[in-house]
Amino acid sequence: MTTVILLVLTGLGLSGLYFLVASGLSLVFGLADVLNFAHGLFLSIGAYATWWAVNNLPGASAEGWGFVLAALVGVAAGAALACVVELVLIRALYRRPIQQVLVTVGLSLAGVALLQAVWGADSLPFPRPAWTQRVTRVGGAAVPNAGLLLIVAAAAVLVALLVLLRFSRVGLVIRAGVEDRAMVTALGIDVRRAFTLVFAIGGAAAALAGVLAGVSFGAVSPGQGTSLLIFGFIVVVIGGLGSITGSAAAAVAVGLVQQFVNYFSPGLGDICVVALLAIVLLIRPRGLASLSGRVAA
Amino acid sequence: MTAPSPVPAPALLCVDDLRVRIGGSSIVHGVSFDVPATGVTVLLGRNGVGKTTTLKAILGLLPAGAQISGAVRLSGTSIAGEPTHRRVRRGLGYVPEDRGVFGGLTVSENLRLAERDGVNGRGPDYDTVYALFPELERRGRQRAGTLSGGQQQMVAIARVLLNSNRLLLIDEPTKGLAPRVVTEVADVLERVAAQVPILLVEQNLAVVRRLGQDAVVLASGVIVHTGPITGLLADLELTRSLLGVGHHQKPSPREAGVL
Repeated sequence: MTTVILLVLTGLGLSGLYFLVASGLSLVFGLADVLNFAHGLFLSIGAYATWWAVNNLPGASAEGWGFVLAALVGVAAGAALACVVELVLIRALYRRPIQQVLVTVGLSLAGVALLQAVWGADSLPFPRPAWTQRVTRVGGAAVPNAGLLLIVAAAAVLVALLVLLRFSRVGLVIRAGVEDRAMVTALGIDVRRAFTLVFAIGGAAAALAGVLAGVSFGAVSPGQGTSLLIFGFIVVVIGGLGSITGSAAAAVAVGLVQQFVNYFSPGLGDICVVALLAIVLLIRPRGLASLSGRVAA
Repeated sequence: MTAPSPVPAPALLCVDDLRVRIGGSSIVHGVSFDVPATGVTVLLGRNGVGKTTTLKAILGLLPAGAQISGAVRLSGTSIAGEPTHRRVRRGLGYVPEDRGVFGGLTVSENLRLAERDGVNGRGPDYDTVYALFPELERRGRQRAGTLSGGQQQMVAIARVLLNSNRLLLIDEPTKGLAPRVVTEVADVLERVAAQVPILLVEQNLAVVRRLGQDAVVLASGVIVHTGPITGLLADLELTRSLLGVGHHQKPSPREAGVL
């Protein structure tokens, strides 16, 4: 029983990580039709900016509020990079999907190479508060606090995004834009502003994922974002493009399947996730979100 | 209708030598017409002659890869180079052929999204909208995707009535609707047309006759006739040759059923 509790909670921690990566991808694709292969770079930048802040920024440290400050620097760096990428590279290429893929793939490769050039190809020890390295007893199981932190952070981001989508004007524009972007412009709304905002939100969420992945794994490496991005894409496709709740449900499924199967047969979990993707696509080609028929939210 | 004035009023919208190519084929080749500042101007023509493409070109809504040339002027200001949202903010209200209602949003969310600058600085004009369509107020929390075609058409029209527009572009508002609902929509458009000019694409000749003031007839991407509606519809031979509709001496059952 304690093993099951441990696997469920660590699995949900993994789900949290995947959701943070997938939420931005899903919104960006749903609204702007941009398949952003550079999304993993936002994650890496978040982690490296936090690492840099702890070592260089006065006031930032690996403990307490100092770490919160460092993490905020990382999240802000991810959001800022996402804005710049949208404004400089993507904006000129809307409605040109092949060029977008080329640019974002290229940026992703160049970004990883740049991180390697500056901080080296080896993984760096990630600064993390001492309490995240301890465990909490839940029903007899010793659950790592870092995993619980991921669950709490992802749940908070999920609630914040749902509130934004449901109750704000820009959320209304995003939901409508996912359905029919041209009609939103025909109502006199500059939908490209919503694109920039969605990129910024996605970049911030990915950067937060990078920071928390660093805390969870205790290390950060240039290729970390790219490898997590693969699972992010799987979650987005299973969940249904453009749906936040769909992404959350898919992230839970993927995280639990991966954790449970890997416990019994290490390595097989990743394959089972791909099998899950195949099954969902066969039964429900548009993803889980088509269950409810709702497009975004 | 006002008495014809000796000096013709300047046109509200001028389309000059509009040409559209999509995917290598020419859809509209050299269309020029004016929309006067009052009444309903009807864009007529058979299916596939470029009526919807012309409306979309005026709004800048054509897909990527469409090559567009020619001038579009609203009250003398060239708007052809502007993005769609800026043209709309100049006072163009668009009701598309497929209604463009957001099915996943509620009725009131659809209306809220359309709120722009309101009417005369007094905010969105919900009084007018709910007076015309009391049903929309009752169904505010209902998802627009679950409405009937006629109700969706009312949402689409209501969206453009929330703001003060200088011109409404309405594309086949009665298409696919039951005869009773066609009459309702025509009633509404008649009341709206008293306030704001309309450029209307419509195939239902009964509605055209009831609402229309001026006619612009398109055939395979060019203008083949312009003039008053009454003159066009009175000339049976001309109507038949331009619109390809069998216009008999007696009103057709379709027409008789509507009016």
